[in-house]
Amino acid sequence: MRIGSPKESYIADEALFRTRTQWVWLWLLLAVLIAYPFVANLYWLFLVCLISINIISATGLNILTGYTGQVSLGQAAFMGVGAYTVAWLDNNTGSPFFINLLAGAGMATLVGLIAGLPSLRVKGLYLAIATIGASFILQFIFINWESVTRGTRGINIEPPSVLGVTLDNPDTFYWLVMPIMVVMVLLAANLFRTRIGRAFIAIRDRDISASVLGINLPFYKLMSFGIASFYAGIAGGLYAYFFGAINPESFPLLMSIFFLAAIIVGGMGTILGSILGAIFMTLTPEILRYGVDILSPYIDNAPQILSPLRTAVFGALIVGFLLFEPHGLAEIWRRVRRFFHLWPFRT
Amino acid sequence: MHILSVDGLTLSFGGVHALRGVDMQVAKGSITAVIGPNGAGKTSLFNSISGFYRPQEGRVVFQGEDITRLRPPHRAALGIGRTFQNIALFRGMTVLDNVKLGAHVRMRTGLLSALWYLGKARREEAEIRKQIEREVFDFLEIDHIRRHPVANLPYGLQKRVELARALAMRPKLLMLDEPVAGMNREEKEDMARFILDVKEQWDTTVLMVEHDMGMVMDISDQVYVLNFGQLIAAGKPSEVQANPEVIKAYLGSGDIHSLRQRLGGKTRAA
Repeated sequence: MRIGSPKESYIADEALFRTRTQWVWLWLLLAVLIAYPFVANLYWLFLVCLISINIISATGLNILTGYTGQVSLGQAAFMGVGAYTVAWLDNNTGSPFFINLLAGAGMATLVGLIAGLPSLRVKGLYLAIATIGASFILQFIFINWESVTRGTRGINIEPPSVLGVTLDNPDTFYWLVMPIMVVMVLLAANLFRTRIGRAFIAIRDRDISASVLGINLPFYKLMSFGIASFYAGIAGGLYAYFFGAINPESFPLLMSIFFLAAIIVGGMGTILGSILGAIFMTLTPEILRYGVDILSPYIDNAPQILSPLRTAVFGALIVGFLLFEPHGLAEIWRRVRRFFHLWPFRT
Repeated sequence: MHILSVDGLTLSFGGVHALRGVDMQVAKGSITAVIGPNGAGKTSLFNSISGFYRPQEGRVVFQGEDITRLRPPHRAALGIGRTFQNIALFRGMTVLDNVKLGAHVRMRTGLLSALWYLGKARREEAEIRKQIEREVFDFLEIDHIRRHPVANLPYGLQKRVELARALAMRPKLLMLDEPVAGMNREEKEDMARFILDVKEQWDTTVLMVEHDMGMVMDISDQVYVLNFGQLIAAGKPSEVQANPEVIKAYLGSGDIHSLRQRLGGKTRAA
């Protein structure tokens, strides 16, 4: 049981992590993240790299949809903008990867700001449709602007190299994507300790009274779109480097829905929710495949029967979350924490 | 010296005239009340002043500046704070964050420093926290609930948090839309005391819409009476109370003596 957590200054009370327990867990997590590549095999490193990319993108979408309340189905298309910018720069200028990455994020931000313009007039489902429109337009550009995107043939990207080390495998790429992911998540968490983050939440909760209290709605809505697409751009650039090749099929509308599902399952409007949601959505299909492998010896024709079942179970899990835990995995996490705060007493 | 004046404000929605040529002057440092029967246009007047409605005719002048064409956030930045009739707190935030949001227009943190939470953002957050703790939380006695989500608070406390949020702006003009509606007697007394203290200690002018006659008559310096979007009387509480036109409009015709007693407020709020 935790008994109080006294502070001596307001700065200490405004800190991101306020109790010693939180700090201990945080350092533990960091130690695990550093030790991970030394114990995991390539397959699990591949998964964690993919999860990290998804966490970055999901965090961006959560800022826009979970915190600011602007439903967007364009996140994958913005990732595509970042990825194609990185790919073009990689093939045509040979500039270092971090410049490419930032340029990709910058380009995605620009496109995101334009795609966010409808949010000044419409919200909710109408805005969702408008962002779907934006993704179709971007998809069209990816396919047809052959001189830049090479159309349906796609582009290959050389793996990035740092200090002479080529990051061409998950075990090396991990050291690029993991720190970026940690920093991006911390930046997002910081944002919601300041006036900008509060303005976003105010727009989500009651846009009209937010406006009367002095919040410039168009400015902050567009800023939220810009931040979300910046995150998407970084994630897309990393995606391009990670897989080494992209084509218009890499960023389908289904991927945007994947991210939306991730933040809903994880928890809208929480940083932890984006992380847990991205992990859940990336990992569950893999774990279910393990389940199929384990069951195969006992069932005849296992692949034919169980593989479609796997997809159905995944879908059912998502529906289950919506029904039984509408506030997402982050809420379960909070409940567990509360339990231990009060232990051995019960709520 | 008038901090706010409204000249010939006319507002209509289609064929419905919400306001017809309303004139009003709010003296600096006063408590001014707007009263009237339901649908008289009180909240429409408030929304026109805070910029949520665009009146078809007339002007709103705040501190000598014509703000009729300004958008709501700009008016807030000039120092017009307000609360709402149906509590409009941000339910996804804690009490502390709601109140901090009230100080939004007084803060300058930009996106970059907000993301890294270094330098300006850090200093400004600490400073605003200190101000809110000292000026607002201590004053309104809500420091014990600062980390609570507002959605779970009882009604009376929510009203108080809303006042706190408006005060965090350090408004020059504080507009309260029915500050004691739905409160019990004790909560009403507290709120009346807070409003008087705001006027005395904060150098703030208060403009309020209120149905509770006892409270209006006790604490206001000036009262305006609206009916069907028109101003039918204005003056000190005692003058308005004695005005037969007001009594008729407000309470319907009937036994003038007993109506006058009701308007005088048998249940004193403060």
